[in-house]
Amino acid sequence: MAFVALESVSHSYAGADGALAVDGLTCAVEAGEFAAVVGPSGCGKSTLMKLATGLQFPRAGSVSVAGKKVTAPVKMAGMAFQAPTLLPWRTTAENLLLPLEIVEPYRSAMYRKRGEFRGRAEQLLASVGLGGQGTKYPWELSGGMQQRASLCRALIHEPQLLMLDEPFGALDAFTREELWCVIRDLHAARKITVILVTHDLREAVFLADRIFVMSARPGRIVVERKIELPRPRDLDITFTSDFTDIVHELRSHIVKARQ
Amino acid sequence: MNRQRVFIRMAPWLFTIGLFVLWEGAVRLFNIPVFFLPPPSAVAEAFVQFWGPLARNSWITLETTLIGFALAVVFGMALGLLIGWSRTIYAGLYPLMIGFNAIPKVAVVPILVLWFGIGFIPAVLTAFLISFFPIVVNVATGLATIEPELEDVLKALGASKLDIMRKVGIPRTLPYFFGSLKVAITLAFVGSVISESVASNFGIGNLMLQAQAQFQVPLIFAGLVALAIEGILMYWAMAALERRMTGWAQRSGFAQA
Repeated sequence: MAFVALESVSHSYAGADGALAVDGLTCAVEAGEFAAVVGPSGCGKSTLMKLATGLQFPRAGSVSVAGKKVTAPVKMAGMAFQAPTLLPWRTTAENLLLPLEIVEPYRSAMYRKRGEFRGRAEQLLASVGLGGQGTKYPWELSGGMQQRASLCRALIHEPQLLMLDEPFGALDAFTREELWCVIRDLHAARKITVILVTHDLREAVFLADRIFVMSARPGRIVVERKIELPRPRDLDITFTSDFTDIVHELRSHIVKARQ
Repeated sequence: MNRQRVFIRMAPWLFTIGLFVLWEGAVRLFNIPVFFLPPPSAVAEAFVQFWGPLARNSWITLETTLIGFALAVVFGMALGLLIGWSRTIYAGLYPLMIGFNAIPKVAVVPILVLWFGIGFIPAVLTAFLISFFPIVVNVATGLATIEPELEDVLKALGASKLDIMRKVGIPRTLPYFFGSLKVAITLAFVGSVISESVASNFGIGNLMLQAQAQFQVPLIFAGLVALAIEGILMYWAMAALERRMTGWAQRSGFAQA
């Protein structure tokens, strides 16, 4: 069975008669897979994320993660968003410790092992090119560095599932491509399952094993496309014709989905 | 550049002295009688002459104000957190609080006197009642403006509402809270002086009332100046506390001015 499975899910916010955000949505992501969800804006991509992490429960259909039906927040998911949402009163390293202060078994060990966890935070920061920046406050870092730290916060408790909601949307093109590589390497090294919500098709094709194209609201999956470009992928691949063909193909799906 | 900075540091003193000079000059120029508007020199004289009663009553007013203010801090913070915690409590209490805040506190003093007699307690309670509203509103606002994404990050980890409150809500509220203290402390003075002048035998409010009855107009103004000095000192203390506690929130160029 798939690691994350949504089965003919329908969901709406604010009252039972509210307009549907997603309707009859079915998709499955295998363990260790890198999945990307693309679609026109407002198609319910973020709803999909909230459903898969147990922040929302579907009005119809079922959601399961790791073989279990989702009835509460899944706890094993890390999340990162377009805004880095770091806490300005904590240093970057202390920001990373936040999930450990919430999730067991770290939570109970926090008092005894704070030093060990701090070391781990510093290590993680170093792995995304933020070595030695842990003592700085988030507002002393650039936007791209903050987003890296935010990714680290999503990973510190070693989640099995990483949910990314347009995490690079607010960054300049060069920083964005740098961070694609950071994510690519993290995924390769940790073998975690990643679901990336984005509207950048190049980003989706570069990173993902499988891409889901959603329809306009109410969202459902209209196309599922496996990306079989060889790994490890280098940024150069984005200039090959294989790559651009896939981007063009997806683009035409989106154009159709918008109509 | 350096000269400009010196001027900025001197500005509060220069402006204050300027105001007094202007005042003195106007009184002399237009020959305004002392019992109508005493010049600063007469006020200063009254200050020296009545130093004892002024100091004693200023101290009492300060004490009254600070106790009322402390109550307002405790209850304001608690109520603000409660309101921020639950939408139901928010919906239920907010209109009540607005209605309550709209009541002039001078109208409440007679009731307090009825319950507690004249003197210290009504003054403390008036200071409390008038100063706790801005604290409540600010604390509740701080909680209401937590980024929903951040809440999602924590909820997805299985954080309870109390966790979110402790890790994010309360620290995030502190800049709003300390900001509100500056407003609240000056209001607390208003409260205690109102009550002192209506129903008390001591305090600056009472002293000014007596000075008025005896037509000692310079002493009335000396009382006002004493109050202003206390107000400025307390405001300054609150601002210093704010900078110390929530320096991370004051990074813009506006905050450093």
